[in-house]
Amino acid sequence: MLKTILKRIVQCIPTLFIVVTFTFILTRAIPGNPAQTLLGPQATAEDIAAMEVKLGLDQPKWKQYIDYMGDVLHGDFGTSYMYNQPVVDLILQRIPSTLQITLTSLIIALIVGVGIGMFSALHQYSAFDYVFMVLALVGVSMPIFWLGMMLVSFFSVNLGILPVMGRGDIANGLWDVISHMILPCLCLCTIPMATFARITRSSMLEVIGSDSIKALRARGISERSVIFKHALKNALPPIITVLGLQLASCFTGAILTESIFSWPGLGTMIVNAINNRDYMLIQGMVLFFAVIFVVINLLVDLAYMLINPRVSYEGGGA
Amino acid sequence: MSETLLRVSGLKTYFYTASGVSKAVDGVSFELNRGEVLGIVGESGSGKSVTSNSLIRLLPPRTGRIVDGEILFEGRNILTMSHKELLEFRGKEIATIFQDPMTSLDPVFKIGKQMVEMICAHQKVSKKEAREMAIHALKRVGIPEPEKRMEAYPYELSGGMCQRVIIAMAVCCKPKFIIADEPTTALDVTVQAQVLDLLKDLQKEMNTSILLITHNLGVVWEMCDKVMVMYAGNTVESADTKTLYSNPLHPYTWGLLDSIPRLSDETKGELRTIPGTPPDLRLTGKCCNFYNRCPYVTDKCCESVPPLVEVEPGHFVACHRQNGEERLVRGEVTHDAE
Repeated sequence: MLKTILKRIVQCIPTLFIVVTFTFILTRAIPGNPAQTLLGPQATAEDIAAMEVKLGLDQPKWKQYIDYMGDVLHGDFGTSYMYNQPVVDLILQRIPSTLQITLTSLIIALIVGVGIGMFSALHQYSAFDYVFMVLALVGVSMPIFWLGMMLVSFFSVNLGILPVMGRGDIANGLWDVISHMILPCLCLCTIPMATFARITRSSMLEVIGSDSIKALRARGISERSVIFKHALKNALPPIITVLGLQLASCFTGAILTESIFSWPGLGTMIVNAINNRDYMLIQGMVLFFAVIFVVINLLVDLAYMLINPRVSYEGGGA
Repeated sequence: MSETLLRVSGLKTYFYTASGVSKAVDGVSFELNRGEVLGIVGESGSGKSVTSNSLIRLLPPRTGRIVDGEILFEGRNILTMSHKELLEFRGKEIATIFQDPMTSLDPVFKIGKQMVEMICAHQKVSKKEAREMAIHALKRVGIPEPEKRMEAYPYELSGGMCQRVIIAMAVCCKPKFIIADEPTTALDVTVQAQVLDLLKDLQKEMNTSILLITHNLGVVWEMCDKVMVMYAGNTVESADTKTLYSNPLHPYTWGLLDSIPRLSDETKGELRTIPGTPPDLRLTGKCCNFYNRCPYVTDKCCESVPPLVEVEPGHFVACHRQNGEERLVRGEVTHDAE
């Protein structure tokens, strides 16, 4: 097990190397000059040149790349141009606010989605099944920015019962925080919830129709144990895969949702960083997201091993 | 020995599909005494497995339905049991062994855990006692190092071992009746013999009745006291094993027996088959189901369904031309039907 983990970690290094290199090239490829953006339209050519020197942008690109790589290997991810703070600090500051809505909506999506999926599978071809699968299809294909704007227009503008933007403040009471979370969470959980419902339904249907479930019933095992213990555990792997992907996107922040609701999370920060050509911040954040994805993929693989004893990544096993 | 354990009369199990009603089992009746082994033979799709699944009411919930008949087990009607009674009944009174041992065990739970769950579902024992019973049962079916095997996952065992585990599970609650639905079809020949011997031993030891479903007539000869030949959802012939082999009467039974390759056959020609395919089960019930494949077919065969007639004590045949008034002579099967 430990060997597998170590092996997987080593395998991640080339991935991360490629991510850093590509981000470096792509950020440099965006038109615009960070020094110019920072100083504003009034800045003179000398000011801009001085700022470029200060930011190290006067160096040749390959030199900048080598310097950046060297810094990253030493654990230094640079300083943001616009915030003038270390990139790591900025990311760490924003994580709690992002997780506040992303994790909440993921948990809701998981519980409700898996519940609906199981119910649908157990009542296949019932009216409930049809209604929910159509809703799930709508949910999966709903453009999130459209949904966000519709929610705002209905609940905030027309009904005026929920705030339009911001994070709320615990000093104004718990309701202030919750009321600010409702719309972003609703917006964020739609797609994962629909995905969970659909994947759970199809996975459960496959398992329920299998010989091992028939054999369990023939042995007189109670229906509750057959469904919740045996069938669910057998149906878990695809659900875990989706969960892993969704969990990873929890950390990358919900760029669209955060922008719509002006939520001060990682998503809005990377949008700002790109708009301001804040190279260091973009590179740092993309690398951070890449690490998160790699780690969660590893965790998903480990979860497979725990659920399904036949899965072994060490070449032994079946 | 002669006490009746199971009496099935007029069992009809239909499947309601989008394209029509499929009469998978269409009026099957049989009796089984305590300690007896009954074999059901027939080709694929003849209704053998549906018959056995009907006995424990294990049918696909939406499509499969038992529409008529009575299944009495020790005088209790299985068809009127509540769901709860049925749960207690399955596994405890009637154990089932399915065809493919590799898929009959839950792949993600250890064998020990599955056995303990089964034992605890039917007997009031602690987990520890259940574990000991499971180890004892594994030992009984000839599994080496049973304590170690308890911690194994199904995929870690061979097919033969898995089938032994399933047999151990089947017998650990001391059922009065075991349904063995092609228990050896998925195993290779040497292991088949071992598994059948084991079943036979256990059956003698516990005086259990067995319903053995197979399409291997050799297995029937070895194992069964009585045989029922099924075709297209109906019984076409039933008798005790010796009679059926020495004096088979239905042309379909002849066809089955002729299909067994024989070492003594010097010609070493092609394997004999019964030409044609079984009828569409949605269209049966108007005439003899075998008429389109039968070399001895007459006009009468297409007019009505032949009833199952007792032509000699204990020997039943459903054939218009074998009902006692007329007697066919088994000849060379030369008919080549479509």
